[in-house]
Amino acid sequence: MPRLVDVIVKLRTVWATLLALALGGILILASGADPLAAYGALFHGAFFDYWGLSSTLVKASPILLAALAVIVPLRAGLYNIGGEGQIYIGGLFATLAGLSLPPLHPVPGIALVVLAAMAGGALWAAVAGLLKAFRGINEVIVTLLMNFIAIHIVSYAVSGPLLAEGAPYPYSEELPAWLRLPILMPQSDAHAGILFGLAFSVFIAFYFTRTSHGLALDIIGRNPKAAQYAGLSVRRDMVIAMMAGGALAGLAGGLEVIGLKYRLFHLFSPGYGFDGIVVAFMAEANPLLAPVAAFFLSGLKAGSNIMQRAAGVDGTIVEAIRGLVVMFVAAGLAWKFHGSSVYAFLQARRKAANHPIGAADP
Amino acid sequence: MLAAFLAASVRLAVPIAFAALGGVIAERSGVYNVGLEGMMLSGAFGAAVGAYATGSPIGGLFVGVISGMLAGFILAILAVSFRVNQLVAGIAVNLVCAGLTAFLARAVFGLSGAHMSVPGFGPVNLPGLSGLPVVGPAFFIQDPLVYLLVVLMLGVTFVLFRTQAGLNLRATGENPRAADSAGVGVFHVRYLALMVSGGFAALGGCHLVLSQVYVFTEQMSAGKGFIALAAIILGRWHPVWAVAAALFFGVCDAAQLRLQFSIPDIPYQIFQILPFAAAIVALVWIVGSVNQPEAAGKPYEREER
Repeated sequence: MPRLVDVIVKLRTVWATLLALALGGILILASGADPLAAYGALFHGAFFDYWGLSSTLVKASPILLAALAVIVPLRAGLYNIGGEGQIYIGGLFATLAGLSLPPLHPVPGIALVVLAAMAGGALWAAVAGLLKAFRGINEVIVTLLMNFIAIHIVSYAVSGPLLAEGAPYPYSEELPAWLRLPILMPQSDAHAGILFGLAFSVFIAFYFTRTSHGLALDIIGRNPKAAQYAGLSVRRDMVIAMMAGGALAGLAGGLEVIGLKYRLFHLFSPGYGFDGIVVAFMAEANPLLAPVAAFFLSGLKAGSNIMQRAAGVDGTIVEAIRGLVVMFVAAGLAWKFHGSSVYAFLQARRKAANHPIGAADP
Repeated sequence: MLAAFLAASVRLAVPIAFAALGGVIAERSGVYNVGLEGMMLSGAFGAAVGAYATGSPIGGLFVGVISGMLAGFILAILAVSFRVNQLVAGIAVNLVCAGLTAFLARAVFGLSGAHMSVPGFGPVNLPGLSGLPVVGPAFFIQDPLVYLLVVLMLGVTFVLFRTQAGLNLRATGENPRAADSAGVGVFHVRYLALMVSGGFAALGGCHLVLSQVYVFTEQMSAGKGFIALAAIILGRWHPVWAVAAALFFGVCDAAQLRLQFSIPDIPYQIFQILPFAAAIVALVWIVGSVNQPEAAGKPYEREER
């Protein structure tokens, strides 16, 4: 029989999120508005309104994939903070593929574009993975720095070689119409990209629990030294995990191009890569919980515009709440509860991060 | 021409150098400070609010440093007391600072006043030295924060390597258990180190607002705190070398600005990559030949074993 204490401990991510919302409420109060009215407008607009819900789904597509891009390397003990950059490179590769494809049936066409996006993200992430595995360079610093490089590369591409003719603003030519993803909610922008994220959530959960390679990655994440003694190719799998993460974030960027914008814009991702980190933590690195957390955070972001109009509270409050959520969730997960499996899991993660393979860290 | 280029390099290097100094202090005490970026941002915001409210850049400096120390305190609560993974704790601090400063800036300055100018520091001639050819205009006609950086760099070096407090700090970062047995309060040292670290990073943010652009804009730290992380490693956890590494990144930044104007045919974004690429190349080049503080990255648990 589950004890009440265990249930409360299991739900601590929920408590942490509520605490962040409560602190956000104090900020709203301090800015001179009614927090209950503001949150009411936010959640109604995000989840109980046709257009709001479609807007939530539009944001959930990249955010869910960006979260999976954090979760997969995290299971192998690596921190992928480069989702944002990988999204940009994925978008760039998708655009290059989409603009150069000959006329095809939409299914193979979209498949090729999706593969190009994933390849782009994977290659970009491979740099951090290789430097970590073979030179022992801290992947957090490398992925953080590479975000800026990727964003500038895309800005360069769309204001130089890919710039559409007569464009008043840096963006590329439009991709052919037959490459567009189907729309899920008629008249809205809600495209089928979210289905990719959901499919990958299930696939990744299956991979980590039901395949020997998934198990190997988990062991590497928990104890890389033991994994090495057990004969696992730790370095190779670190690179693979990082590339898989990059591929998922790259896919997120590619789907933004063929699902939503139909062109490559500069600065097209408003920090989805960082939202992915938030979601990965809210979901406690569980791929099956990631869709729930992604849906919630997307709703916060989609609803913030509606709240701004209805209650006069500036939408950037959601950015502050997002940071507070990570802070409280991280503190909650690290809080010592003996016998808690979640704690043991994160303890293992932390140990793994502290004992990198090979040369000096970072 | 050369003097102007060097002067620009110094100006662009100062925020990175302050943050790198703060990072050296934190990592010498055994805590990674990935939150430098957020602390710099909160310093910039505090500087703008302080200068706006008091009408004086000194007031801005005061509020800015306090804001950065507060961010350092939050990192200490997470990373030292709660033993959250230090990288995660730093990322959390960055996200909180980015979100809070964006929201508070609109609350304080209003949407229309987002570009409200605040009083700042002007250049100060160092008598005698500013008259020297090339190096005079490059290094000795700078704003007061540049001279403060030099003083603090020497001060940190002295404290770290020549005083009991510095020995305690380094012992905490190398072997916290031994330091604890010797009567050093590991938790106190790390809390203090992180708050000082936050104050230093905030000085970098103060320089952005009070000496460079005189306004606060969202995300104005623009990755300088992350470049500072590379400068710490490149400077081998030594204050003087970390500042030298920051100066190198400042030169890269000044070079990309100059290239933007001298080669307008190539879109300028390609040059903006330069400082970030230089940081990664520097990390690859130096790795293997550095020894970081032994206990950096490891939360300390007193009751362990």
